[in-house]
Amino acid sequence: MELLLSRYRNLTVLLLVLFSQLMLLAYQVRSSTQLRTLRVWAVTGVAPFARFLESGRSSVHSFFNDYFILLDVREENRRFKAETNRLKLENNFLRTELATADRARALIEFKGRSPSKTLAARIIATSTSAKTVVLVDRGTSDGVYKGMAVITGDGIIGKVIDSFPLAAQVQLISDSLFGAGVVSQRNRVYGTLKGTGHNRCLVDRIQNEDKVELGEMFYTTGEDRIFPKGLPVGRVVSVQTGPIFKNVEVVPAGLANGLEEILIVLEGQHQEIPVPQTQQDQIQILQPPPAPAATDGRSVPVGTPSNGVLSTDADRLAERYQKKEEQQGAKFGTYGSKPPSFSNLPSAAQTPVQPQATPQAPPPQPQQAKPQQEQP
Amino acid sequence: MMAMTDTSEHILSSGRRRTRVIRPGSIQPFLAILILPLLGVLYQIYVPNFFEQLGYLELPLLIVVYYSLAWRSQIAALFFGAAVGLMQDALSHHYVGLFGITKTLVGYFAASMSLRFDVDNAAIRFILSFFFFVFHQFFYWIMVRALLGLGMAFEPAQMFIQAGLNALVAIPLFIVLDKLNNRWSPRL
Repeated sequence: MELLLSRYRNLTVLLLVLFSQLMLLAYQVRSSTQLRTLRVWAVTGVAPFARFLESGRSSVHSFFNDYFILLDVREENRRFKAETNRLKLENNFLRTELATADRARALIEFKGRSPSKTLAARIIATSTSAKTVVLVDRGTSDGVYKGMAVITGDGIIGKVIDSFPLAAQVQLISDSLFGAGVVSQRNRVYGTLKGTGHNRCLVDRIQNEDKVELGEMFYTTGEDRIFPKGLPVGRVVSVQTGPIFKNVEVVPAGLANGLEEILIVLEGQHQEIPVPQTQQDQIQILQPPPAPAATDGRSVPVGTPSNGVLSTDADRLAERYQKKEEQQGAKFGTYGSKPPSFSNLPSAAQTPVQPQATPQAPPPQPQQAKPQQEQP
Repeated sequence: MMAMTDTSEHILSSGRRRTRVIRPGSIQPFLAILILPLLGVLYQIYVPNFFEQLGYLELPLLIVVYYSLAWRSQIAALFFGAAVGLMQDALSHHYVGLFGITKTLVGYFAASMSLRFDVDNAAIRFILSFFFFVFHQFFYWIMVRALLGLGMAFEPAQMFIQAGLNALVAIPLFIVLDKLNNRWSPRL
């Protein structure tokens, strides 16, 4: 046996190492744990390097932006001595700066507007196994814990799947293991959002009979206890009928403008799903027609109500009942008063008609209902 | 029996090696073994964040292949591969051990290859890097599917293109690492 082991020493060591790692894997699968200590060490060891790299990159980037571009602008100004060119270059530079500032301001405005308590964070690294899992520079020391939602001003982008002292691991909405409860804006169709590993996501568990329209927005339901209700998820770009369920593809709204700055939801607050723009909002409604003219002395048709507007037989009958009530000074259905007697209703001819003798008014302008602005 | 040609003699490892055979622990500075894989992993987690196109580059794998070929020791190579793989696992979001097992095998087989071939040859390095990338990706996919039962896309065309790109990068990378080792290590 010893001879055998010494002869196949390398192979034996290989098998032992493989076996021990397989046991490690089996232990994790069986106990549903993921060797947290090892991960904490690894992430805590790597996070400072990643932060250092990120801060270095930001500094170099801003240095080049702030210094060299300005330097170029000045040299160009000196060379050409033309005010127009200088203004154009300055304008371009300021536009870039403004775009950056706009993005940061939008995030701050959203943070102030959102009822949820959020924490701003930056992505500092990606996972080694998939690009759909990232590391952010906030961890348990900042109050970030596993299960928290991660969003931007445009919509949800993922959830915290592990948190370490200096960093946290965020599973993006595009990860193939991601899931969230969603509901469509117009038809209130419920489904489960799933990542595909690409930039688009699928909404699963929607029956073929349910109606989902192209361009429709999906929002979070809040039932997964991770994302607060009412956050935008994405817009439908493809709907296909499947064997049982529809294949609904959405483009995530949160990933639209890059992922440099994100918000971690520390305390989520549910909010209402915005009312969608419906077809009724675009219906053109005319004003009521003018009163009939009686200047020529002719009487108006019998039974025309006192306001001069033509009505149905039911309206005219109801008016006769009301007249009877007024004559008797009683109100039908009122507690404590004597019920009126409707035995001798005034005939339609006896009904006094007071047509309004208004001059012929010009035809009114059609009033168009102002369509509601689409909610984000 | 046909005699061996000059080319085959050159490719097989019977010829004299131009670069040094690095003995782990004794000659190669310990820090380089620690820092280079760390840099490889840092590259993998940081650079694709800004340059998504560079995400195809599997630097930790290339470093494992290089040291396994250079050490010519199967045991040292498999432990090195396991260590780098476990470090990658710790920074991933799946169970610890998937990269570890895969890179252990890569280290062991790469060291076995170095005993048979002249691994200083650029063409051999290209072929070995290509082969080990494909082996790594395929074996990882098998592990995820078979052991964990998770769905993972397998795209052969993309994998072969990435393998070619990694092998192309491996040639200059290995030359740089050769120079680094030659500077630090005395000739045997």
